[in-house]
Amino acid sequence: MRVDLDIIQNWIRPGTRVLDLGCGDGELLSYLATHKQVTGYGLEIDHDNITACLEAGVNVIEKDIDEGLATLRNASFDAVIMTQALQVMHRPDQIIDEMLRIGKECIITFPNFGHWRARSYLALRGKMPVSKFLPYTWYNTPNIHFCTFKDFERLCVERNIHILDRTVVDNEHRDRWWLRLWPNMLGEIAIYRITR
Amino acid sequence: MPTSTPADSVGLVQPQQFQFDQPLELACGRQLDSYSLTVETYGTLNADRSNAILVCHALSGNHHLAGYHSMDDPKPGWWDSAIGPGKVIDTNRFFVVGLNNLGGCHGSSGPNQPNPETGAPYGPDFPIVTVADWVQSQARLADRLGIQQWAAVIGGSLGGMQALQWAIDYPQRLRHCIIIAAAARLSAQNIAFNEVARQAITRDPQFHDGHYYAEHAIPKTGLMLARMVGHITYLSDDGMREKFGRDMKRGKLSFDLSPQFEIESYLQYQGERFSTAFDANTYLLMTRALDYFDPAALYGDSLSEALRGAQCKFKVISFTTDWRFSPERSREIVDALIDAGKAVSYAEIDSPQGHDAFLIPIPRYMEVFGACLGQVAADIPSSAGEPLRCA
Repeated sequence: MRVDLDIIQNWIRPGTRVLDLGCGDGELLSYLATHKQVTGYGLEIDHDNITACLEAGVNVIEKDIDEGLATLRNASFDAVIMTQALQVMHRPDQIIDEMLRIGKECIITFPNFGHWRARSYLALRGKMPVSKFLPYTWYNTPNIHFCTFKDFERLCVERNIHILDRTVVDNEHRDRWWLRLWPNMLGEIAIYRITR
Repeated sequence: MPTSTPADSVGLVQPQQFQFDQPLELACGRQLDSYSLTVETYGTLNADRSNAILVCHALSGNHHLAGYHSMDDPKPGWWDSAIGPGKVIDTNRFFVVGLNNLGGCHGSSGPNQPNPETGAPYGPDFPIVTVADWVQSQARLADRLGIQQWAAVIGGSLGGMQALQWAIDYPQRLRHCIIIAAAARLSAQNIAFNEVARQAITRDPQFHDGHYYAEHAIPKTGLMLARMVGHITYLSDDGMREKFGRDMKRGKLSFDLSPQFEIESYLQYQGERFSTAFDANTYLLMTRALDYFDPAALYGDSLSEALRGAQCKFKVISFTTDWRFSPERSREIVDALIDAGKAVSYAEIDSPQGHDAFLIPIPRYMEVFGACLGQVAADIPSSAGEPLRCA
């Protein structure tokens, strides 16, 4: 299992109710259902991923998260998860608000644009960073709202969001002790557990 | 005459008649002392009778889901695209049951069948039956077939409403519920279209207050108009534009009221054909069953409450250009199921065909539907023993 998903599953208590926004092929939900008796739903928009979820027996709802989550009731889930999708949302702040409304707590992962490689790419080449991990050019990228760890934490302060846990992994989703020394420079993927 | 049916067809099939003599209490307060259901089955029921799928029909459907009644039958059953060996509802794996609902006009007890008390056709005296009444009669049929629990109940449109009702009324008797292009209740607009159809029929001079059989008359014009109105709601604006546009039959205006646009003659043709193949009283009754369907009404108007006791897994499918039962209506069902904490998946199929799309083998639809049926097959309890030939 991907290391970020492994970190997340450790944060989910057995027997709880989970909503996974942008659930991909359902790997996390499938794992949680089998190993932690978690009941959950994934929201997804990609057709192949939806079919993969159906084949895996994962509850998947075809839905564009950008259209809002108004039909889901307040605090109706123990945890709302969003992995690697925050940067493609039209309004990340609004979706975080919605996640905190629906879920008692939320787990969010996103690529850190403050990583030294992104910083040096822009500083030295004067061009928007393109890498194996973030392979798109500026005009065709689905990633329209990049942020850094610092940016995210400032949003949390402004919106009165409590950070329960934070960790970082590298772009291969590995956990390295030295990433934690200087996360905003060295960490490539941020994993946050937040509540209100 | 062809000498064989396609390899992926269930082939030549025959309907069977099932007679029931235990009275059926109906929602309207009346009861049917005895009734008969016309049924077709395909595939083989396994030894522990756990691979059975019930397919419920929509407004104008019937028991003839798939295959041919004779070698010179021009068209197969109404859902032949989805049912057969190797097809999405694979008759090599599943035992598939289709029936003509009560009040129908294709052999089951209904307005055009004799009332056992009088010997004459029921006509308008046949009770207005509801979706819940149908489901009750379908449960009796399941008893008769020895099927304690369906592997799945599946339906599109009004058929999807029956599948939903099954999950509410008989939670232990189905493992999967597949609801396609349906709604949990009709909108005012839906009821409005139904009322236009009913007025067209009842105002036809040939209708004779529903007693047209005795007069050897058929309210053909009314039924044709009803079908034309209905047919418009089955297609989408885009679909109609794509198929007909403003195409003209003779390429120029004739400055009279004869049909000149292709869409006019298409609708007339569809209406004509339907008016000779369907019964007007059944059409009235079916539209009323649609209007009355509202399972949430018994639960304080809360669909989540209505679904609280359901135990099966749900799959809901809608089509983007369906405006009769739009994706929004399917999402209402999905939201209620999530609210009630039930297992549910939902897919919204991009298609230009409007409501009719549920009958069309659109590639992504078939892929999604196939994945759903894969789960239905996976949830059949593993059994020892040899398959049973069904009677």
